[in-house]
Amino acid sequence: MYGLFLRHFFLIKSSFPRILDLIYWPSIQIILWGFISKFFSAYSDYYNNTVGIMLTCAILYDFLFRSSISFNMLFLEEIWSRNFTNLFIAPMKISEIIISLVFTALIRTLIGLVPAILLTSPLFGISILNLGVPLFFLFLSLYIFGITLGLFVSSGLIRFGPSFENIAWSSLFLLAPLGCIYYPIEILPEFFQILAKGLPLVYIFDETRNILINNFVNFENILYAFYLNAIYLLVGICLFYFSFSKARKKGSLINMGE
Amino acid sequence: MIEVINLSKSFQNNKAVNNINFDIGENEIIGLLGPNGCGKTTTIAMILGLLKPTQGKILINKKDIENHRIELLHKMNFISPYIELPKKLTVKQNLIVYAKLYNVKNIDERINYLSSTLRLGKFINNLTGELSSGQKNRVSLAKSLINNPSVLLLDEPTASLDPETGNFIRSFLEDYIKQKKISILLASHNMEEVKRLCTSVMMMINGKIIDRGAPSELIKKHGRKNLEEVFLKLARTENEL
Repeated sequence: MYGLFLRHFFLIKSSFPRILDLIYWPSIQIILWGFISKFFSAYSDYYNNTVGIMLTCAILYDFLFRSSISFNMLFLEEIWSRNFTNLFIAPMKISEIIISLVFTALIRTLIGLVPAILLTSPLFGISILNLGVPLFFLFLSLYIFGITLGLFVSSGLIRFGPSFENIAWSSLFLLAPLGCIYYPIEILPEFFQILAKGLPLVYIFDETRNILINNFVNFENILYAFYLNAIYLLVGICLFYFSFSKARKKGSLINMGE
Repeated sequence: MIEVINLSKSFQNNKAVNNINFDIGENEIIGLLGPNGCGKTTTIAMILGLLKPTQGKILINKKDIENHRIELLHKMNFISPYIELPKKLTVKQNLIVYAKLYNVKNIDERINYLSSTLRLGKFINNLTGELSSGQKNRVSLAKSLINNPSVLLLDEPTASLDPETGNFIRSFLEDYIKQKKISILLASHNMEEVKRLCTSVMMMINGKIIDRGAPSELIKKHGRKNLEEVFLKLARTENEL
């Protein structure tokens, strides 16, 4: 497992543009949302105190986005470098590959997000740490969901090859409107509300707003998000194993490249 | 030791490998000769456990690859010009990564040994993507030997190499098999390479092994001047049937 982590660690460590790319997008995202929220706060009473909520939600969403993309990127890197087959003939169990990618994706995500989080304090006077201890559970819950989406997309990459790459990039954009990141679920039309309630994101972001507005933690929301995450994660892992088995029958593990 | 028993692989209606049988003993290099698309790579992929056979089984050191895949992969390795190592890692970093993946003990010692025998020293700290194709090929060979495998699968290991590098690789393999307990399957189009390295050759056409034997025996048996002519004769006969 350490070998696979090392492969990506060497890759990131030796490339300044790669590190810059990891930091650049989250920072831009946070700064942009910070200014938008500041504008709303300044020109509308309704949006009073919005900066903290919008920015915290933006950071949490970006954490989810980065963790999922990081997981996918680790897979895509192997395809782009035509190293995919070498990876699957190394004596690694599927479970070891998943665990190794989960930890490597976390480090990759944090490299990008920590500078962005640090920027929010001097620029907007906001600290995400205001969420207190529940922040850890919210991050954990988002990370599990990000990894789960990564598993879904990676399963597609294993099964269908590089042609599945576009799905890797667009998967989260598809879920974002239903995730109710910046607004309560009541904003959605009724049918979409039913769909949204099946996603852990709704409970995570609802709870984030609740903590920041009411200074009160509703652990029921956090627990519900974890229950849903557990189900999706289990499905994601099963799908990954299933895709590997199908790829072995179909032959898509051989010569997978650009 | 490799034992391939009644092995077949079909993709929809196409039979890529059709009921083949062979075994490779310790310290043997067996050649698998055949044109593009004849089933060589498919056979190798099944031996590596990358592809599930439609029928038959593969035993490595008496254990079925289907049931002991991870355990057996520790003692196997593979090289192909169509599979590359990460280009943005240095040669040494790549070898460290694969040494870790294969749980190699004494990594420095193993890398130093491979570096000196395969003459990687001059460029071991260079990015793999910046190497010439001959250098990349030597690095891939080092990667394939990093775990001191007892089964080595070589898919056209000298394809597109200049004569000097090709000769170096062949000489290296000749020496290596004398020193180590290893079974090698060499898939190639290069008849001279197969004649030089292999104790026995299998001729594969349309997914079937149509003849086999020592290179000199096959030449004699078919009354031809060289292995290439034997191969062409067999291919013609097979295609006419």
